Amino acid sequence: MKAIYLDHISGNPLHPQVKEAIIDYIQKDGFGNPVSQHSIGDAAMEILEDARAKVAQLINADPQEIVFTSCGTESNNHAIKGVAFARAKKGKHIITSNIEHQSVARPIRMLSQMGYNVTSVSVDKYGIVNPADVEKAIREDTILISIMHANNEIGTIEPIAEIGRIAKTKEVTFHTDAVVSCGNIPVDVDEMGVDLMSIAANQFYGPAGIGALYIREKTRLLPLIDGGVQENNRRAGTPNMLGVVGMGKAAELARVEMPRRTEHLLKLKKAVMDRLGTIDKIVLNGHPEKSMPGLVSFSVEYIEGESMMMMLDEEGVSISTRSACASGSLRTSHVLIATGIDHATAQGTLVFSYGIDIAVEDIDKAFEALRKSVAFLRNMSPLYKKG
Amino acid sequence: MQYSEVVMDHFKKPRNVGTIENPDGTGEVGNPICGDMMTITIKVKDDRIDDIKFNTFGCGAAIAVSSMVTEMARGKTLEEAMNITKESVAKSLGGLPKNKLHCSNLGADALHKAITNYYERKEGKVRETREVVKVEHIGEREGKEKCYCPYCDTGLPEPAPLCTRCGKPTLERTDFPILKGAKKE
Repeated sequence: MKAIYLDHISGNPLHPQVKEAIIDYIQKDGFGNPVSQHSIGDAAMEILEDARAKVAQLINADPQEIVFTSCGTESNNHAIKGVAFARAKKGKHIITSNIEHQSVARPIRMLSQMGYNVTSVSVDKYGIVNPADVEKAIREDTILISIMHANNEIGTIEPIAEIGRIAKTKEVTFHTDAVVSCGNIPVDVDEMGVDLMSIAANQFYGPAGIGALYIREKTRLLPLIDGGVQENNRRAGTPNMLGVVGMGKAAELARVEMPRRTEHLLKLKKAVMDRLGTIDKIVLNGHPEKSMPGLVSFSVEYIEGESMMMMLDEEGVSISTRSACASGSLRTSHVLIATGIDHATAQGTLVFSYGIDIAVEDIDKAFEALRKSVAFLRNMSPLYKKG
Repeated sequence: MQYSEVVMDHFKKPRNVGTIENPDGTGEVGNPICGDMMTITIKVKDDRIDDIKFNTFGCGAAIAVSSMVTEMARGKTLEEAMNITKESVAKSLGGLPKNKLHCSNLGADALHKAITNYYERKEGKVRETREVVKVEHIGEREGKEKCYCPYCDTGLPEPAPLCTRCGKPTLERTDFPILKGAKKE
């Protein structure tokens, strides 16, 4: 039986055309180093710049403003530490939110241990940051604002453009982690008013192990990985050309196919929502509208998430849970707690994330398995009593 | 998957699920906040566990532990059943992941509580139904000189609501909002 993969947030399958592009590059014996001055190096440089242009086009940026990295996590680390170190003389205050991905939260925590001051802005029950709170938090010595575009656990989309206008007026460097959103919903660096933006290819049917950081012209930041002239002195190391080829193709396809993909994802989202309505005692997480089309997070009361995930896996349905028991640290998700959900309900949280390779029939099958596991586990739960 | 084959078997086909009506003893441990909660009910006949059932809210490990401990206790004398330990349950399951050894391995505790409850009922010590709000330290061991966190086994100088080492709640409470709605019939 073919597994139904509803964990696209952890990584998308490769788009067939991305696969082809990578295989084509391998078959043409692509190995040249773009930095080399000879013709084989030049050929590689051409491929690298072509991919860069495609990524730039996806987010309405200039190709010179795109730096390839190894993943979204590296991009986030680069943006945050890069600005913090480059502007330490100007100030040491950073503003962030309390629902950021660990690859933003942890570097900022490290900086706070190094003497930087951090203000963490809270979110409302939908996980949305209030731009007025960000404005209030800005001080004389604020050097960086880092607020994510879309949340990876609950899919909520933040008012980035409004925060961008505030950052611009107050002349504070603004970074957004757009790993979840970029390639899936329209992302325009000028409209959003961001100076730095993190992107990962495996979120839009490109390969894992390749990402990019958008760096607006004249933004001051130090390189995270030092030691070479690659990427215009901003990211040292021989580029991952297989990844670059894949990411370029994936970006091109994302731009062209986005309207069609979004239509499909919204159809699936409606299918998920309709079916969720037929199970009692379900709590939806995140904002009903200002949310990613390809992700639904919900909590099933009276049962724990890991056991649901395991049961669904047995039925050939791959999903993700945000229960503390399934996390390595056994801690409840900081995102769910930030939205005010109680710990016990958070334990039963599942995330369905789907993509263009999923059909409504797959959602039906997944729900068949979900209903079965919910009934089975609730019957076993000491917290659940019928009627 | 991080679990052994025995764990997966007990998780997929849990034995002895349910609640015994008019049980001779009931044992309840854990709370839904940290993700695991178990209730074990027993019937006793001639000092042996004649019937045993469980209800569990928890992860795969917690369910497998509950199923295994009920299998191990069935038919045993009360004394033998009191000798079933967390370690022997984990061993019978072919081992548990390290991070689940404490938090999900509450089966033996629930069983011992059910047996203690049986003795107490026999001596006429306890009420049949519990009060709505009962706060009891479940990390307490015999002698009561010292408390232990049920999750990481760290000794606590005095009963505290949260473990000083791992931060987990050490109290068993029945006044959680989720319980209020669920328990009312």
